[in-house]
Amino acid sequence: MSGSSAVEVRSLYRSLLRSGKQFANYNFREYAVRRTKDAFREHSTETDGRRIQELMQKGLKELQVLKRQTVISQFFQLDRLVVEGGKTGRQTGGSGDIARVKDQGWD
Amino acid sequence: MSNFVPATARQVLRQCPRRLQSTSVFSRQAPRVATSSGVSGRRSYVSETGSKNATVNVEQTIKADQKAFLAETGIQPKDATMPSTGMSADAMMSPAAGILKQASIMDEGTRPIYLDAQATTPTDPRVLDAMLPFFTGLYGNPHSRTHAYGWETDKAVEQARAHIASLIGADPKEIIFTSGATESNNMSVKGVARFFKRSGKKNHIITCQTEHKCVLDSCRHLQDEGVEVTYLPVGSDGRISMEELEAAIRPETMLVSIMTVNNEIGVVQPVEEIGRLCRSKKVFFHTDGAQAVGKIPIDVNKMHVDLMSISGHKIYGPKGIGACYVRRRPRVRIDALISGGGQERGLRSGTIAPPLVVGFGEAARIAKEEMEYDTKRIDYLSNRLKNGLLAMEHTSLNGSPEHHYPGCVNISFAYVEGESLLMALKDIALSSGSACTSASLEPSYVLRALGNSDESAHSSIRFGIGRFTTEAEIDYVLKAVKERVTFLRELSPLWELVQEGVDLNTIEWSQH
Repeated sequence: MSGSSAVEVRSLYRSLLRSGKQFANYNFREYAVRRTKDAFREHSTETDGRRIQELMQKGLKELQVLKRQTVISQFFQLDRLVVEGGKTGRQTGGSGDIARVKDQGWD
Repeated sequence: MSNFVPATARQVLRQCPRRLQSTSVFSRQAPRVATSSGVSGRRSYVSETGSKNATVNVEQTIKADQKAFLAETGIQPKDATMPSTGMSADAMMSPAAGILKQASIMDEGTRPIYLDAQATTPTDPRVLDAMLPFFTGLYGNPHSRTHAYGWETDKAVEQARAHIASLIGADPKEIIFTSGATESNNMSVKGVARFFKRSGKKNHIITCQTEHKCVLDSCRHLQDEGVEVTYLPVGSDGRISMEELEAAIRPETMLVSIMTVNNEIGVVQPVEEIGRLCRSKKVFFHTDGAQAVGKIPIDVNKMHVDLMSISGHKIYGPKGIGACYVRRRPRVRIDALISGGGQERGLRSGTIAPPLVVGFGEAARIAKEEMEYDTKRIDYLSNRLKNGLLAMEHTSLNGSPEHHYPGCVNISFAYVEGESLLMALKDIALSSGSACTSASLEPSYVLRALGNSDESAHSSIRFGIGRFTTEAEIDYVLKAVKERVTFLRELSPLWELVQEGVDLNTIEWSQH
């Protein structure tokens, strides 16, 4: 993307990434970041000014959705997934805070 | 006044422990008073022993142990691994560790990975965003034609209908909203059969053995009503043979019902050929597209589909909504299951739920827009998972590898009991078959229809990959499955025999 809107585009990209990282849900967070990066990479060679404007509008709309949905996501937090955090299965904290695997689910 | 009682209760509670403590010391209280009074008189060189010193403090003991360990070995206990158990020294020193053999650490997260995209999919945040206005302000009944509340929801519903229609290449008027794919299947199979029964000309339905339970059960019901049903067998790759289908079609056949993508093994049926054959024989063709719509490209006109069931929650939409495509030209006449106000062309009466319909429509729109991207992504993850799992010995992929939807990977692990593997894989949400039958321990009828043995059907697991699955999750699953399959096989006496080179089929098991 070129021209005067390059700054705007970069700003939108950064805002989308920043908002996407706010998802409390691991899968949505990863998806938002991955999708943003892939979408910008896919259209990085766009030269048609009109098309750039269209894509910018779409991005701004997605940003609004992200802002609303990340807030909602943070209201309803669940336990973290087993893949989040370290994968070693070893104790990382200093204190003896070892706990039994508990039954999962919403209760 | 209401505050008074709790306040007193709190006061009493606050005093109680104090009093309990003091009762145990009560017998000593008197001499203490005596000694304190005697300080002035007689000098005492013996100080009183505190009760603290006599008890073992667990935390302090652990700390002392850890200090001693550090002094002796020069490494922090948490970094050392004990040779016998493979646990860290830190865990070994905790008195609870003896009981909690396989203790896990809470700060790593405990919620299982979701890998069951065939059962249902998470609601996309974009879908929820489209739905929320209809839960808060836009609550009009879309069938109210007299005021603005009705008009605005009606407009949104029609827009959603258009999104769904464009996803399958249909006309918006041909989409009928239902409560889900099960209702759509019932409506199609029973509706067509009952309509033809009234005219009394045709009374034969063809379906296939690997269909979803709701199609098979509808056919079973129709058999009681006097309709003849042919259940086509499938080959070992899970696909029906066109010759057999052609041979099964009779002059009195009214409907052929074959699903597009199987929910358990992910096999894609030759829908286009079936459609062409049915059209040439003037037989209606119904396909259950719940697992296919939004995941593989579908065009009802190209495939000559007359009726199609679609589900909302399989394409990242809300649960409780589905649709049925009913062709208008040539017109498919069906008998409505639900009668009432005549909504949805009189085929499915009852008020439409605008929030769900709008969510469904948005999900369909996103599915169409993202299909290329999602397919590429799911292909990549699926290959990674499939190659990793099939690299283990004595594993096999169920169903045809060529005609396969990559998001559904069904793998048999020989010499491992599927249910026990699922129990061992508690940190991954998986299923051995469809969610409807997961409560029973019966082997999957789909895998039996493929000609698999009972043991093989018992030892299969379905991995469902979706839009939100990440690479880290696939890697975690590969590692976990490898470890635990090896562990379970080590326990199995059958595995031992196989390792010794004994053919299990030659063994004559004695009866007890």
